[in-house]
Amino acid sequence: MSTATFSGPKKSFLSGLPVISHLNKSVGLQRGMLITGLVLTGFFLLCTILAPFIAPYGYSQLSDQSGSFPAQQAPSSKHLLGTTVGGYDVLSRVLWGSQTAVTVIVVAVAMSIFLGVALGLLSGYYGGWLDRVLVVIADAIYAFPSLLLAIVMSIVISHGQSSFWGGILACAFSITVVFVPQYFRVIRAETIRLKAEPFVESAMVLGASSMRIIGRHIFKNATRTLPLMFTLNASESILTLAGLGFLGFGIEPSSAAEWGFDLNKAMADASSGIWWTGVFPGIAIVLTVLGLTLVGESINDLNDPRLRGRKRAGGKPSRSAAAVGQGGNTGAGTGSAAGNGTREAGNA
Amino acid sequence: MTTNIGNISDQPLPTDQPVLDIERLKVTFATDSGDVYAVKDVSLEVKAGEVLAIVGESGSGKTVTAKTILGLLPETAISSGAVLIKGNNVISVSRSKLRKIRGRDVAMVFQEPSTALNPVFTVGWQIAEGIRAHAADGHRISAREAKKRATEALRKVGIPEPEVRVNYYPHQLSGGQKQRVVIAAALALNPGLIVADEPTTALDVTVQAEILQLLRDLRDKYGTSIVLITHNMGVVADLADRVVVMYQGDVVEEAPAKALFAEPKQDYTKNLLAAVPHLGRNSASEGAKERLHQGGKVLVEAKNLTIEYPGRLGRPGFKAVDNVSFTLSENEVFGLVGESGSGKSTIGRAIAGLNRATGGSLKVLGYEMLDFKEHTFKPLRKDIGFVFQDPAASFNPHLTIGECVAEPLLIHTHPSPAQARLRVAQLLESVQLPASYAERFPHELSGGQRQRASLARSLALNPRLLIADEPTSALDVSVQAKVLELFKDIQEEFGFAVLFISHDLAVVDMLSHWVGVLFKGNLVEQGIGSQIMGNPQHDYTRRLIASLPVPDPDEQARRREEHRALLGI
Repeated sequence: MSTATFSGPKKSFLSGLPVISHLNKSVGLQRGMLITGLVLTGFFLLCTILAPFIAPYGYSQLSDQSGSFPAQQAPSSKHLLGTTVGGYDVLSRVLWGSQTAVTVIVVAVAMSIFLGVALGLLSGYYGGWLDRVLVVIADAIYAFPSLLLAIVMSIVISHGQSSFWGGILACAFSITVVFVPQYFRVIRAETIRLKAEPFVESAMVLGASSMRIIGRHIFKNATRTLPLMFTLNASESILTLAGLGFLGFGIEPSSAAEWGFDLNKAMADASSGIWWTGVFPGIAIVLTVLGLTLVGESINDLNDPRLRGRKRAGGKPSRSAAAVGQGGNTGAGTGSAAGNGTREAGNA
Repeated sequence: MTTNIGNISDQPLPTDQPVLDIERLKVTFATDSGDVYAVKDVSLEVKAGEVLAIVGESGSGKTVTAKTILGLLPETAISSGAVLIKGNNVISVSRSKLRKIRGRDVAMVFQEPSTALNPVFTVGWQIAEGIRAHAADGHRISAREAKKRATEALRKVGIPEPEVRVNYYPHQLSGGQKQRVVIAAALALNPGLIVADEPTTALDVTVQAEILQLLRDLRDKYGTSIVLITHNMGVVADLADRVVVMYQGDVVEEAPAKALFAEPKQDYTKNLLAAVPHLGRNSASEGAKERLHQGGKVLVEAKNLTIEYPGRLGRPGFKAVDNVSFTLSENEVFGLVGESGSGKSTIGRAIAGLNRATGGSLKVLGYEMLDFKEHTFKPLRKDIGFVFQDPAASFNPHLTIGECVAEPLLIHTHPSPAQARLRVAQLLESVQLPASYAERFPHELSGGQRQRASLARSLALNPRLLIADEPTSALDVSVQAKVLELFKDIQEEFGFAVLFISHDLAVVDMLSHWVGVLFKGNLVEQGIGSQIMGNPQHDYTRRLIASLPVPDPDEQARRREEHRALLGI
């Protein structure tokens, strides 16, 4: 007992991390989905980190030693994915765009998590008028279409300014406003449930202060779903960012590369047969969102023991192997459907 | 009743053939931590008109066996062996065949009647659903005909005015009536076999007696065979003809009920039977002529205590506790008995400051709870310990046992880490847990170990008063026996006062010096434990005690007759 400490889970730290632990317990189709998602997301993050090294030109570069770039040039050896109507290199814009996207996700989701979790814990635990006021505000925010709200916020915050940080913060703030109610709702519901749990009551009976109960007993238990919400919201914030950019509330091309803005400028090109200006930013958005969503949905399914596929008992193909395989597939299918349901519910 | 169903059965059966024949059944589950062998090698058979009880503690595989009989195992399970019902092997038949067998040859009664019924359909519709599902080809059963049969089924299970009740929704019926409806639905097609999985566990003891009587009548009148899954030895003694004892997926012993209770052969069965609390034996107040432990200070004093939950807008509140007076002195164990909804937990929670008293007077350690303020009550909290019902839920899953037990110390006495560790080790030792368990997480302990740790936590500050709210009702009977024994020892050693809340009369009698009986918020009777159990005065107490089945078939048969005489049947 002399050497005993009150800490130290026996599992290794690495295998306890959210995504890695999920990967370890997944099988079959669910594992495939998760790995696909992870590969896409990993590729996206790699592009972000390596953008300064692998992008042939800067995001706002219009010329090099051999003169200005031609506008709307088809893919060639000098411009692998062609150039835009403004004379930017498409490949470089797509690569640099991932950096903008990551920055916005990190800032937006970080802000909304901190704010949402803190408000949710307080509101759920104390209840009363504080809770009622916060719920009404959250409901009011829900009532607005999120993109409209983001546009309003972007105008209020940046007054149409478009410096790199100005633009990013404007986007991030507007996304935060949309997301805070989601985190708030989830954490508040979880807190209210936990408040009635015997272990919280037992802390109350011991005479623990409210702050101690919230911090020590409720916080960790209420935030188990956060990795899941993080991945799902990350993909949604990319869509919101792209939506803002597409509608012209994004970041000016001289400040940063932004996929939505490029898509907007490529609109006119589509009808005149210039496909490369629109397709590549579009693919970038789709793949990134797909990757993050796959990771999120897989985590969602794997968190739920009823949706999680498992290896057959006995570890060998049994007599009814065909029926078994079918069962597994149906399980995965309903799993993702239910996952969508949960996600909608989370948003609603 | 079976005439309309048509001749689906494959071959006529000789009468002496068993209704159910399980041979070498094995069931394996795939889980995250590898394969779990839930049922290892079980063979048993049930004859026509026989009640076979499968008894075992949690994890013994009894429910899995029952589910296999109806083909209700989840997809993660594989089973081998044979489960023969009227010559059909349930494990290998096709799904459509299985559907025909369910309801017609074998039906199930579930544990919790309120979740087994769909709240948006009338009970008549739910019974009729099974009848119509089994209409033979070309013989569609009209809605009217189905309803007539549903009414008939309700009449069979003793629901008064079945013509009216058939149109009721589940929420309009009481718990016992709901369970009758579930049984009626199981009976609707006259199956030869009913599998009842803990049919009375969710019910109060007085209602349990009625349901057991109903099941017995069904067997006597209609010759239905019953497979009764239960952990309650009293229920077994009351109903079963033959008993199969299961332990960790294996059959330990199989014997006629009387023989099993009289002369158990295996050690496991002996220990199991010895652990069952038996009303009237082992009373804590045995031989007491007057109330014990009245010399010391009075710690809790309730005078005309009323606790009312506020009603919804425009409706009167609900009085959970109505005009209750009692005292609890130093060193005394006060047992509070009552069925669900009697207000017994509410009183315990009010004493701990988790509920507010609304009328009368409740003095806890001299503090008037009517003027409760958290900051003025807080200094007294270190003198009050609380043991919760479900040990699994009363520990924060993210903290180790050591951290949980140290929590009261950290809040009230701010010890150094070394002091805290030492004290935690002492506490764990006093509840007979190894000190090394301090580093484990709650889910790594068994139910009984967790409840010991919970006791250790409540004792951390040497409280003068301990409130134990159903501390053993979530535990298996052999574990319960050990925890109760420990509880008794520790109480005698440390000498704190205890308010012991339970629905189980036998358990209360084992621990308490003074017993109070609650009924719908009223304290109908209080007195010395052994006297209340032996010579109850109030009608309700008499009914309560008479309803409690004792684990002895002969004695239980005698008690049953007394009970019926008491109710005037």
